[in-house]
Amino acid sequence: MPNNVLRLENITMQFGGVVAVNNLSMEINEGEIVALIGPNGAGKTTAFNVITGVYQPTNGRVLFHDEAIIENFPKGKMKKLYAGENNGVYKSTLIKTPDQITKLGMARTFQNIRLFKSMTVFENVLVAKHLRKTSNVFSAIFRFNAQEEKKMREETLELLKLLDLEDVKDELATSLPYGKQRHLEIARALATNPTLLLLDEPAAGMNPQETEELTAFIRRIRKDFNLTILLIEHHMNLVMDISDRIYVIDFGKHIADGTPETVSNNPRVIEAYLGVSEDA
Amino acid sequence: MQSLITTLLTGISVGGQYALIAIGYTMVYGILRLINFAHGDVFMVSGMLLIFLSASLPMTVVIPIIIIATVILGFLIERAAYLPLREAPRMSVMISAIGVSYLLQNVITYLTGGQPMTYPTIPFLAQTVSVLGTKQTVATLITLPMVIVLVLLLTTLINHTKIGMAMRAVSKDFETSRLMGIKINNVISVTFVIGSLLAAIGSVLYFSNYPKIVAVSGALPGLKAFVAAVFGGIGSIPGAVIGAFIIGICENLIKATSYSVFSDAFTFAVLVVVLIFRPTGIFGEKTVDKV
Amino acid sequence: MNNLNKTKSAKSTLIVILSLFAFWGLLLLVENLNLFIPNVPKLFTPTSKLFMVLRKVIVYCLIAVSLNLLNGFTGLFSLGHAGFMLLGAYTFAILTTPISLKVPEDGIFYKYGGSVVNFSLQESFGAIFGTTGAGGTISLILGVLFALVIAGCIAALFAYLIGLPVLRLKSDYLAIATLGFAEIIRTIFQCEVIKLPGGGELVLGKLTNGANMIKGFPTLNSFNVVNSAGQTTLYLSTVVPAIIVSVCIVIIVLLINSTYGRSFKAIRDDEIAAEAMGINLAKHKILSFCISAFFAGVGGALYAMFATTYQAKPFTSVLTYEILLIVVIGGIGSVSGSCIGSFLYIACSEWWLRFLDEPQVVAGYQVPLLKDGFRMVVFSIVIMIVVLFFRKGIMGTKELPDLFKFKKPKLKGKVSDNAE
Repeated sequence: MPNNVLRLENITMQFGGVVAVNNLSMEINEGEIVALIGPNGAGKTTAFNVITGVYQPTNGRVLFHDEAIIENFPKGKMKKLYAGENNGVYKSTLIKTPDQITKLGMARTFQNIRLFKSMTVFENVLVAKHLRKTSNVFSAIFRFNAQEEKKMREETLELLKLLDLEDVKDELATSLPYGKQRHLEIARALATNPTLLLLDEPAAGMNPQETEELTAFIRRIRKDFNLTILLIEHHMNLVMDISDRIYVIDFGKHIADGTPETVSNNPRVIEAYLGVSEDA
Repeated sequence: MQSLITTLLTGISVGGQYALIAIGYTMVYGILRLINFAHGDVFMVSGMLLIFLSASLPMTVVIPIIIIATVILGFLIERAAYLPLREAPRMSVMISAIGVSYLLQNVITYLTGGQPMTYPTIPFLAQTVSVLGTKQTVATLITLPMVIVLVLLLTTLINHTKIGMAMRAVSKDFETSRLMGIKINNVISVTFVIGSLLAAIGSVLYFSNYPKIVAVSGALPGLKAFVAAVFGGIGSIPGAVIGAFIIGICENLIKATSYSVFSDAFTFAVLVVVLIFRPTGIFGEKTVDKV
Repeated sequence: MNNLNKTKSAKSTLIVILSLFAFWGLLLLVENLNLFIPNVPKLFTPTSKLFMVLRKVIVYCLIAVSLNLLNGFTGLFSLGHAGFMLLGAYTFAILTTPISLKVPEDGIFYKYGGSVVNFSLQESFGAIFGTTGAGGTISLILGVLFALVIAGCIAALFAYLIGLPVLRLKSDYLAIATLGFAEIIRTIFQCEVIKLPGGGELVLGKLTNGANMIKGFPTLNSFNVVNSAGQTTLYLSTVVPAIIVSVCIVIIVLLINSTYGRSFKAIRDDEIAAEAMGINLAKHKILSFCISAFFAGVGGALYAMFATTYQAKPFTSVLTYEILLIVVIGGIGSVSGSCIGSFLYIACSEWWLRFLDEPQVVAGYQVPLLKDGFRMVVFSIVIMIVVLFFRKGIMGTKELPDLFKFKKPKLKGKVSDNAE
């Protein structure tokens, strides 16, 4: 039996009257690379935001390593407005903020790169080490945490070496070329020591060659860091090439899942999505 | 009973005067996302100008002149202190506003030698009328209808004219409006002109209740009006007007009790409570960070 | 900062410590010049404008840096600093005013029949160490230090209580809510009696002396060493606050360069990304808010010592704006910028432009416009020029040592500005 890393159960996310994600369930097993695809506006990023705690779902439950991290049911104004399914299945509310979820071992990147603009490459990654600190603010001010600080810096440097960012470590993060900025965002996410990495359109804005490099890069970090990866992507080449399994959603609803071959042959998927971008 | 009527009427009138200032704050914020700290001082300068001019001119001439002068002042401040910082971070523009406020206060202190100036009685506004057995000045009674008329005119302007449409567009998206061929600098100037116009009218009504004014007299009503704008949801004109009336009335009700020293603190306490439960004010738009 | 080389960082620490000592030594020397040289220029006498300005600058440095920690390094736009200063100043004044002044019914609290605080820290220490000679010095220093720390703690405590609800607010709303709290604090401290609904009353004046002045607490001049004949033998009234303020600023700098400081900067740069990287926003924001308030409280207490008398009236939002101006002029996000900003701001407004307030005759010609108040007009114009033409302030986000560093010419990557 495969080891479940992430499980979404009947996730519905409704903004006012708009159902962005409707009754989405998915499972990701240890070591897998799973892609979440769908046309623009299908609710992929919303699903990501629910998983990482940015939005609180209207209904449903998320489990991480078989432990519930998020759970909610329609209440208040949503009680009347709720248009999703499985109303009444979930009875309790469990909210974790994004930082708590990251601490549990889930890290993410963003669709529109969100680096810390005033910081260097090194500092960007170093900041992500903060969540594993054990020192309190007083020991940090008076440098009683010198050992820990040194370890943080060494680990950061090692990570940068491993991800080919060492030569630019003192550059301002925003002065890097676009592709490198994407790498840096991944490096920063890796610095939090995740077991599950969520990549939101990592190849957005990349040319074919950069995309190919990225594919190799993702494969490499999965191996080197023992990762499970969930990614959202529009570049079909990359998705078909790299994914073990694919989930397809359209208008917030799950329409297909399976291996790249089964998904790409699924008529509903072709109709909803691949039909228009087959030539990609 | 009579004192309650007086308190309420005064509250409504003060609220209306705050509303006239608050509209200036809220419109500028809606378009530039700028807390125009100098607005309260423009209001004060308007009052001072009336004092200076009334020494040699009759009131019927002075009032139109100070309204025009205040409008020009508002326009010039925008051109000199805010226009050059259009591309700068928001913080810089706000600091510039604080600088202008400082400058206006210091210039007035210099001109008056720091002495309180006696505000002249405006014969028409100082007349008393008896209402439900209480004596009220015209200034107290005239504020509410005036505010209603001005706000109606303003909403018509914003909703049914070309410049109003441009204003709405600029407040939604600065860059796109510029790309769509809206001359944003003109739109912003119009905003400042309207704000200053209302502040000038407000200043005549407000200061006619006070015997003397000094260089910092604009600070407190300015702050209160700003609080009213935030209270109602900054950027929203109806919000600012309703916020101003609520604050004006509450303040005067508190003043009538034994807690009168807390009337200003109370204003802020109400503000903080409202913000805690509605972080963007009563009518403010909810902002969702796009991730 | 990000080098792993220990010897290099040890060297720079040494340089910082040495330059601090050099600075203190220099101050001490200059302030006491008149003790060894009979006819020093008037400028260098300890009561001159220079030292008056320096003392005020030193106090403002701490306040500006503490505001910068919040506004510049954490990106929390707070306008409540005057409130925290006031809390610190009152705490200090109430704790250290001698019993003989505040407790008797005809003392400075005469309106309320004396103060309820029937002890004074330095006098309590005096009971242990003695009140004259070395014992007196020790009890004064301990009393003042304890009072400063307690002043900071009270400010931080209030910051915590205020921060819990308001730190959820965003940018301008946060600014106006903190401004509101500062005004509320001021009103409460100016208030004499609160009538409780039950019919009782709470005489706040017994603690705060209402809107009246508190005086008689140790001032900066209390640090001077005076001989038995009443002559000052060693002037310390500038050096001692300089040492206190430097220590506080060093602590703030250490904080900024620690892992917590990096998290503050991350929150400033991108709140959402910071949270996704596991930084607890609420916890770090309140931490920064409290630390900033702590030092604002200490700064407020020092301000009271500088001003020698104390009342709540001047602690309005105008004071906060003034400090905000200093921070911006110096450079948001630069500690040394805040210090330079404090110096220029205060020297300009209190000293260099003084001549503008008095009528001057140059070469037989009466210069027009010069009269009382003209100084402030010119000063505000200077500020406007700085704000309009030096948008990033004097230092930008750089620190003083950065200016001395040799920049290695390096190949810059393509600058891709995808901000917004």
